[in-house]
Amino acid sequence: MPDLADQQMPSPLPDKGIRSVSRMATRVREGFVHTFLTVCAIFSVTITFAILVVLLQETFYFFQRDEVTLGEFFFSTQWSPLLGSTKKFGIWPLISGTMLVTLIALVVSLPLGLVTAIFLSEYAPAKLRAVLKPFLEILAGIPTVVYGFFALTAITPFLKSISESFNVYNAGSAGIAVGIICLPIVSSLSEDALRAVPQSLRDGAYGLGATKFETSIFVVLPAALSGIVSAVLLVVARAVGETMIVALAAGSTPRMTLDPRSEIQTMTGFMVQMALGDVSNFGTEYLSMYAVAMMLFLMTFSLTIIGHIIRIRFREEYQ
Amino acid sequence: MQDEKTLKVETEMEEEIQSATTADQPGREELQMLTAQKTEPVITVKNFNAYYGSFHALKNIEMTIRKNQVTAFIGPSGCGKSTLLRWFNRMNDTIAIAHAKGDLKLHETNLLKKGLDVVELRRKVGIVFQKPNPFPKTIYDNVAFGPRLHFKIGKSDLDDLVEWSLTKAALWKEVKDRLHQSALGLSGGQQQRLCIARAIATGPEVLLMDEPCSALDPKSTLAIEKLIDELADEYTIVIVTHNMQQAYRTSHYTAFFYEGDLVEFGTTADLFSSPKEKRTDDYIQGRFG
Repeated sequence: MPDLADQQMPSPLPDKGIRSVSRMATRVREGFVHTFLTVCAIFSVTITFAILVVLLQETFYFFQRDEVTLGEFFFSTQWSPLLGSTKKFGIWPLISGTMLVTLIALVVSLPLGLVTAIFLSEYAPAKLRAVLKPFLEILAGIPTVVYGFFALTAITPFLKSISESFNVYNAGSAGIAVGIICLPIVSSLSEDALRAVPQSLRDGAYGLGATKFETSIFVVLPAALSGIVSAVLLVVARAVGETMIVALAAGSTPRMTLDPRSEIQTMTGFMVQMALGDVSNFGTEYLSMYAVAMMLFLMTFSLTIIGHIIRIRFREEYQ
Repeated sequence: MQDEKTLKVETEMEEEIQSATTADQPGREELQMLTAQKTEPVITVKNFNAYYGSFHALKNIEMTIRKNQVTAFIGPSGCGKSTLLRWFNRMNDTIAIAHAKGDLKLHETNLLKKGLDVVELRRKVGIVFQKPNPFPKTIYDNVAFGPRLHFKIGKSDLDDLVEWSLTKAALWKEVKDRLHQSALGLSGGQQQRLCIARAIATGPEVLLMDEPCSALDPKSTLAIEKLIDELADEYTIVIVTHNMQQAYRTSHYTAFFYEGDLVEFGTTADLFSSPKEKRTDDYIQGRFG
């Protein structure tokens, strides 16, 4: 067997002593690139797992404390970790606070976001879309602390002008602000889903005498439903995890309520309070932060997974 | 008089072509020429010009589409045949730069007039596209889509209409047990017949078909062609096709387009047996296109 690397260039080049590139060097380079890329890809996975391990570990320590039991954590409706001798660790007031804010955020962002998406995808001329879309994305790029401030100084006074019964810190104001930051996510992801519907389906509907509105609502929207549903779940995950706005505007009183006027505390709000406050790093109340974080992680993780499954499973296969 | 003459030429041609073609294509024994009839005009086109922006896509077109006849549009890609078809039910409205002038009439209705009720027009002039495009809904809902838009119709009447349409489209037997399953589970040929059922469910007078078989296998193509033949008893059909044999097999009249001109229009028998224009002859002989 002749050595492959030693073979000469075939004609048309005359023999000028041209030799093949070194196979060895290429192989080493390829190997290096491969390893480098693999390490980069594994890096983010590793970080995720590291966080998970820390969460699990600290949560475990939390439940080993004498003051808490698993039963109390999941079935009690009182959360008062800072009340000296009468500490209570029932997660539900925090979950209900998170849910209330999320619900309000959805009520604000879903209808508005969907209508915007339909307008952008089906109605807006290309030029208008080219201007509008970046504006929506700017909305998503504003730091959330600005929204939190906006909620406190603009939305809350507005709500109070409607009804005096709104507390200074209230779930409604925070929910509306969270809804506004969710708006670009809903509209952008839904618009992608709508525009992915093949033109042939629209033509089919127009050809049967459907108007633009009928085509959008009865053909394009249902065809894009899986994409829209997964967008909604991503938005829920986003709203559940939103921290800065609720820490600023929703207050810090854990409370089982569905009243948007009252002060509440969300899971994220509590974690901010613990992380920034001057509680002992070894106290049960400090460790409870990890248990809450674990719950939060489980919630957003399952929402993301469900959203992903829906997108894969219910995606329509067009020819 | 002209009809008699056509008939005569046609029968002569028929024997000749039939013997020639059946030899080439085993399994196509029933090949025979259709008899063109000079029925009443449905769509009349006079001095019709169509544009995309400044591009002149169709130039001074004159033709008459006749009732219960199948008219085939043939010609190489970009010749304007689909453009004309899509003006017949104003599908070109979806293209912002498309505009047209001249005379285009469905019976006495000017199809180019401003404020024309395109919804009603498209109910009367149905269209079937190149690629089967069933909605991602159930088979039943696909067929019921048009009627639900246009008519106030009860459940049992709608059931009957769906069955009637699917029967007409020769699909009922295959799908009657799975009406409420997704239409996307059907084969390509079945999907295309579903699209035909969907189009006739609104009670159209004219059916436009834009290369309805080009995405289908030969067997499904044959089924659609047979269907076109049957539907011609009740509908006026215009079919755009790249397939010369298909035009020959399915149509009574044929129009040959070339670079925006209507080069030749006549009975399919005349056009295929004794084309007047050299370009037509070259095209149907397969010398270009």
